[in-house]
Amino acid sequence: MPTGAPPRPRRRRPHGKPALFGALFVVPAALYVAIFQLGPVLYGLVLSFTRYSPLSRSGPEFVGLDNYRSLYGDPEFGRAMLITGRYVLQVLPITVVIALGLALLSNRAFRGVGLFRTAMYVPHVVSLTAVSMIWLWIYSDDGVINQILDLLGMAGQRWLSTEDAALNAASAMRVWKALGSNMVLLLAGLQTVPKDLYEAARVDGANAWQQFRAVTLPGLRPMLTYVIAMDIIYLAQGFTEIFVLTQGGPYGSTTTVNFLIYTEAFQYNQMGSASAMAFVLFAFIAGLSIVAIRVGQGRRL
Amino acid sequence: MTALMARARRRPRSSRLWPRVMVLSVVTALVLLPFVWMTSLAFTPEGAAFSEVRLIPAQPTLENFATAMRVANLDTAFINSAVVTSIAVLTNCVIPVLAGYAFAHLPFRGSKVVFYVLISTAAIPVSVTLIPLFLMAKNFPLAGGNDLLGSGGSGLLDSLGGLMLPYLVGTMNIFLSRQYFAGMDRDFAEAARIDGASEFRIFSRIYLPMARPLIALVAVFSFTGVWDDFLWPLVVSTSERSTTVQLAITTFASTGNVKYGALMAATILVSIPVLVVFLVNQRGFISGLSEGGLKG
Repeated sequence: MPTGAPPRPRRRRPHGKPALFGALFVVPAALYVAIFQLGPVLYGLVLSFTRYSPLSRSGPEFVGLDNYRSLYGDPEFGRAMLITGRYVLQVLPITVVIALGLALLSNRAFRGVGLFRTAMYVPHVVSLTAVSMIWLWIYSDDGVINQILDLLGMAGQRWLSTEDAALNAASAMRVWKALGSNMVLLLAGLQTVPKDLYEAARVDGANAWQQFRAVTLPGLRPMLTYVIAMDIIYLAQGFTEIFVLTQGGPYGSTTTVNFLIYTEAFQYNQMGSASAMAFVLFAFIAGLSIVAIRVGQGRRL
Repeated sequence: MTALMARARRRPRSSRLWPRVMVLSVVTALVLLPFVWMTSLAFTPEGAAFSEVRLIPAQPTLENFATAMRVANLDTAFINSAVVTSIAVLTNCVIPVLAGYAFAHLPFRGSKVVFYVLISTAAIPVSVTLIPLFLMAKNFPLAGGNDLLGSGGSGLLDSLGGLMLPYLVGTMNIFLSRQYFAGMDRDFAEAARIDGASEFRIFSRIYLPMARPLIALVAVFSFTGVWDDFLWPLVVSTSERSTTVQLAITTFASTGNVKYGALMAATILVSIPVLVVFLVNQRGFISGLSEGGLKG
């Protein structure tokens, strides 16, 4: 540390002793992340170029691009990709639109608004496993939906064991679960929109819809982008709800990529091809969220 | 705010607000309805559950809770989950917080790069690291009958050590900590440094006590994240010995003919800890969540 430093050394980058301690304080976290996060990514990448079953005596056998090549023509994997894409695309818009509506409605101080926000947030806090259990009953043959349909004189359905209905049933549950956290985030975004912009818009004679288009949406864009990107990342990894509600069935109609990876790796012990699937999914998620972020930063929403 | 007040003055406040309060109340009721059904079902005697939907069971009973505890292995699951979660909360309140503090106040050569590399791992899908982590747990040296090279036994599979392996440092917590400490004044540190205080002392005696809301947030996030996780226990736990709460309710659900009353009772028991932690800390929880989006 230079002696005779200026009276306010705040702006300077600490060096010498403080910097040394800085590096020291980071070591435990960096070491852990390197071993248990970055290491596995590299290990997984290597595995994706091999054929490997942990049950066999021999180690991983290098097969080059074979795993990726066979995924390209694999109808099962292709179908799982389509199902995952459809899952994301049918849950995301509904959740975001409803959550935005609710955020706009509750962006006002009135008695009970805190209670409302807390209540909306509960489905997000309770584990995906637990809420899936509740919906397993709701969708069961004698469950509440069929009981209500019965009261209305309509025929019940086998929600989780019909090909057409099962993925939609899981989607409806995810909409319900994601609403609260999306709403809370969008609400926080709404509160960063400068209030005087609304005043200015009103002076210019803008109606409610014009104010929404000209002031609310542009101000909300960073948070909206974040919410959409996070939703994509979560939804594209759908697994737990599928495991509990349908086990990927009926006839593979709810087999998401993550569910396929799980069965490939832990039921068929194909660690190599499962790793290749995981990296394709990684690329898919990264691509989709980069598109979302690009669009979010663009001029038009 | 002035705009809102100007508008509110024009018409009585209550009449302007009641439509939105109505809509929000209906939505709240709908969102909470599944939990109401869950609770009602958990107190309904087995066999009567499917006769009709009732919000309050005709003859409430606790028998489902007893069945759940007996059949679903919940006692082992609760102990395992409690141990794993407590240790993960503890390590997460220390290691990432210390790192976040250093990134904010003690920058070193290349610290920005290190920070971004660490943070970027938060975007890696779980399935990418799942298989390698499983193999690493299985081949962990000198554990579960393994030799120094990690072969021969089952390693950390089916053990508490294996269960907690991926939870000990959450990268999001490093991010949250850096953001939090970056908002604090550096002058305190400068003054203490001139007085000859060590860097660790400056952290532990000056900054850490001011960072209580951060610690609470990190603790709550880690608690819910670890307690609620399902996929990792599913692959690493190979017997009832190392089961967790989330795992216990799913195995219970998949044992042939599902007893929904007992299943809902088990689900309630498993969810109570996270609900309590959330309700006690909800302000910090919600603002912390929003912070990630506003600054990130």
